[in-house]
Amino acid sequence: MKRLSFVFAMIAVFALIGSASAGTLDDVKAKGFVQAGVNGDLFGFGKPDEKGVWRGLDVDTARAIAVAVFNDPDKVKFTPLTAKTRFTALQSGEIDVLTRNCTQTLGRDTALGLDFCQVNYYDGQGFLVTKKLGVKSAKELEGASVCVLPGTTTELNVADYFRANGMKMKPVVIENTAELAKAFFAGRCDCLTSDASQLAGTRAVAPNPKDYMILPEIISKEPLAPVVRHGDNQWKDIVNYSVLAMINAEELGITSKNIDDMLKSKDPKIMRFLGVTEGNGKALGLDEKFAYNIIKKIGNYGEVFERNVGVNTPLGIERGLNALWTDGGLMYSPPFK
Amino acid sequence: MVEKDIKQKKEEVKPPVASKGAVGWIRANLFNNWFNSILTIITLYALWKTAPPFFRWAVVDSLWFSTGEACRGAEGACWSVIPANIRFIIFGFFPYESQWRPLLAMILLVVLLFYSRDRKHWKKSLAYAWVAGLVIMGLLMKGGLLGLAPVESTQWGGLPLTLLLSVFGLTAAYPLGVVLALGRQSQMPAVKSLCIIYIEMIRGVPLITLLFMSSIVFPLFLPEGVTVNVILRAQVAIIMFTAAYIAEVVRGGLQGMSKGQFEAAESMGLNYYQTMRLVILPQALKIVIPPTVSQLISALKDTSLVVIIALYDLLKTTQSTLSDPTWMAYSSEAYIFVALIYFFCCYFMSSYSRRLEKELDTGL
Amino acid sequence: MPPEQDKISRDASSTTVPFYNDPKKRSILFQIATLLMVGLLAFYLISNTLTNLDKQSIATGLGFLQKESAFEIGESPIPYSAADTYGRALVVGFLNTLIVSFIGIIITIILGTLIGIARLSSNWLISKLAAVYIEVFQDIPVLLQLFFWYAFFYNILPSPRQALNPIMGVFLSNRGLVFTVPEAHSVHKYMAIALVVAGVVIYFLRRWSRQRQARTGQSFPVFRVSLALVIGLPLLTWAVGGAPTAMNVPALKGFNFVGGTNISPEFTALLLGLILYTAAYVAEVVRAGIQSVSKGQTEAAMSLGLKPGLVLNLVILPQALRVIIPPLTSQMLNLTKNSSLAVAIGYPDFVSVAGTTINQTGQAIEGVALMMVVYLTLSLLTSAFMNWYNKKTALVER
Repeated sequence: MKRLSFVFAMIAVFALIGSASAGTLDDVKAKGFVQAGVNGDLFGFGKPDEKGVWRGLDVDTARAIAVAVFNDPDKVKFTPLTAKTRFTALQSGEIDVLTRNCTQTLGRDTALGLDFCQVNYYDGQGFLVTKKLGVKSAKELEGASVCVLPGTTTELNVADYFRANGMKMKPVVIENTAELAKAFFAGRCDCLTSDASQLAGTRAVAPNPKDYMILPEIISKEPLAPVVRHGDNQWKDIVNYSVLAMINAEELGITSKNIDDMLKSKDPKIMRFLGVTEGNGKALGLDEKFAYNIIKKIGNYGEVFERNVGVNTPLGIERGLNALWTDGGLMYSPPFK
Repeated sequence: MVEKDIKQKKEEVKPPVASKGAVGWIRANLFNNWFNSILTIITLYALWKTAPPFFRWAVVDSLWFSTGEACRGAEGACWSVIPANIRFIIFGFFPYESQWRPLLAMILLVVLLFYSRDRKHWKKSLAYAWVAGLVIMGLLMKGGLLGLAPVESTQWGGLPLTLLLSVFGLTAAYPLGVVLALGRQSQMPAVKSLCIIYIEMIRGVPLITLLFMSSIVFPLFLPEGVTVNVILRAQVAIIMFTAAYIAEVVRGGLQGMSKGQFEAAESMGLNYYQTMRLVILPQALKIVIPPTVSQLISALKDTSLVVIIALYDLLKTTQSTLSDPTWMAYSSEAYIFVALIYFFCCYFMSSYSRRLEKELDTGL
Repeated sequence: MPPEQDKISRDASSTTVPFYNDPKKRSILFQIATLLMVGLLAFYLISNTLTNLDKQSIATGLGFLQKESAFEIGESPIPYSAADTYGRALVVGFLNTLIVSFIGIIITIILGTLIGIARLSSNWLISKLAAVYIEVFQDIPVLLQLFFWYAFFYNILPSPRQALNPIMGVFLSNRGLVFTVPEAHSVHKYMAIALVVAGVVIYFLRRWSRQRQARTGQSFPVFRVSLALVIGLPLLTWAVGGAPTAMNVPALKGFNFVGGTNISPEFTALLLGLILYTAAYVAEVVRAGIQSVSKGQTEAAMSLGLKPGLVLNLVILPQALRVIIPPLTSQMLNLTKNSSLAVAIGYPDFVSVAGTTINQTGQAIEGVALMMVVYLTLSLLTSAFMNWYNKKTALVER
């Protein structure tokens, strides 16, 4: 009896221990799904809905990678990670790609054994205040209590900003996004600082959104990008071009709705992009139609943006820096040839 | 009947009204001296001030099955947050259509627990029933056989995860704890000191540091490319933690054994393992059943700490629901709901533990 | 067994019995094997870790303690700014842990004792309420209780501009409790010294009075004299030092109160959560302790003519304490360890600061090891102290 249960236990243990070797793409293909690390608490970027289905911009990025490899947006599994656990999870091989609104910095790119891929959201840190305070600029926040998430670049940026301007602050550091927002609305802090995208979301969920305003100062640059392990160039290329395919499609005017008409297009750029003229897929080690599949199943960058964080969502974020370069933004895709 | 009649006839002189009936009871139990009278009055006043407003908030003015928008202007509690999100709170990421499976598994667990309450049912067949039950529960959760769709352990969440971490954690920690306790009582200095170091070290640190260890340090301990599922890592941390406490509980039982038992076993020519297995442990483990149930209660409560390493247990699924804009403002209601679930689980076990303590006490 | 026979049998075993049947040798062998296994496991894990760290070029060592932390900490008993080092930040976290544990333990013992006595009260209402309290607070995870209290605090209290002002110089708002303190003055240091001196004097006074009572039977009003010493000595120092009366009155300036001393809602919520949770356990410990003293003891003491106060002090408590102290120790340790949950509600305790440090430096192993060492030291120190105290109060067997 005992021995039998021991054998069962060992089998169970081995079933739960995974082992990775060779290239990430081979591993992913072998196990049949992409394991992606996501936020879990961040509305619009990574959060399960009331049925437990994952939604958000970062989630869609991970799904795009799954489509590129498997042509199936559901062949991806999500691991919710905290700020503390995210990089270890990637380093140890527990996840294949980290799409968890991570800011690219030199330190992280070099010291942690990681590589940052194509930016999927350009963000910057700002301040949310109640209008009652009568503050018009972040420079007037001398002595303020500041609500901030711990262990993030945000916490350092705000300390730097106050020091640079010779002001004092009192941080209120709460681990959980929802708890932090609630504390702020209840008036525990004078201002809440975070990436501008999250501020919009936080403001949207306020009991009375009109009582709050975002201050004009953006005190940092936050390029948010998917992250992979250092040294696996093929996998990095796949993640890069999965994101870029969505941007390129928007540049070319291809959407999930009109894509089948576009297949008939005689524009060589579009033909190459959609895999009608072959070559791109093979170069990446993917199906020739990977870009077609991504746009068909996920949508182009504009669609993904509008669906998750755009003006018609509770977040209501304008494209701003995340508009195409042709519209004055920073989203720019190299040619697919 | 007859006896009663006789008794009534005998009691011809009735006691004074003030010492019998409701008035008498109140006098004896609430106003038996000036100090108690003051205490009673203050307490009653405090209850009068707090209970009715709470009742109004929780019941009279509350909303139960409305939308989030309807709750915005409401005076009372917005319990609607529970029914609107109940399936995510209870089952987490388990595939929506298959959520009857964890439900069935939990019902099975509860039935088994209820059946095991009675000591008359403690036979060998019960052990087999438990093994079979656990296998069925595992099958229901994991799937992959008999036409059940396979479900990854990473998709387990909510209440089943809480129960899994605590029940399985205690079951696995138990044998380890017994070994550690025996090691601590051992004559061999090396074994003894290793066990003492382990037990005291684990008991000296908070569970949260072990969970951090399992989530951010442990992956670095493994050779390159080998990964262990995050739930399993947390489970191992909980097992290691619980085992140290079980060891101390069992040690209490071992120390309660009289020396004569050891000597008797030795004089029968039993060796160490036979002595322990046949004489000492059956008695010692029986003594420590009630504190072991207390350990299970602690384990159940402690699993809530996995929130901090982002596992979606009952508390985390609730918090996740509360980060939704619509329901953000109703944290008190959601927390009270979760608190009630924990309370009923723990209360069931602690009242059982007390009852068992009484039964075993008279038995010895 | 007579000694000769013992000798013979031992000789026999060393000559005829093979080593695997000799319990002593076998035990040595077994121990060597165990140590070897543990050693091998440790070696395997350490070598893996070193390879991984090397490969991922993660820094090692405690060098980061000297580096600039660059993050702010909300509350600190010692001066601290973002320009200070990680080392100092961790010290701040450690002191915060100590403060919340120390205050928590003292209040928990008082509250727990009261509730434990209330549970045994002859007043039905009080006894039942105490029972309900104990059951409810024991059966809900402490983390959930912390979340609840924190939400409770910032939700019901007003903003600083509408702060409640119950008495002059005290303000209560969702930024915490702010109250007036005397302006810093050099005499305060000497007052603290005077307080310590008073404590030492009281200690010897008590010893002397106890000895005198044992010798002559005369009692000495220790309590009243102690009280006079504790209040009188610092007061005298204050008067000699020039009696400074300047006060540091808090005032609303900008967004927050400036001046005075501030107790934050995070601290209060953490303290309240820990106290209410642990007090439920302490109440049970105290109840069991009191019930363990048989009623005959009280009756015997009364029949000797002792006053009720003396019965409690000289007969009941010394016996109950013996039962109470060991479980009470583990409850105190639990409170200290549970204070690490501060990270969830934003009180900058050691785990919270160490967690931020881990994030910024990426040195998880060192960070987690520091956490463990700190709590282990605290635990061992507390149990050492309590063991010493326990021995002191333990029954001297005749």
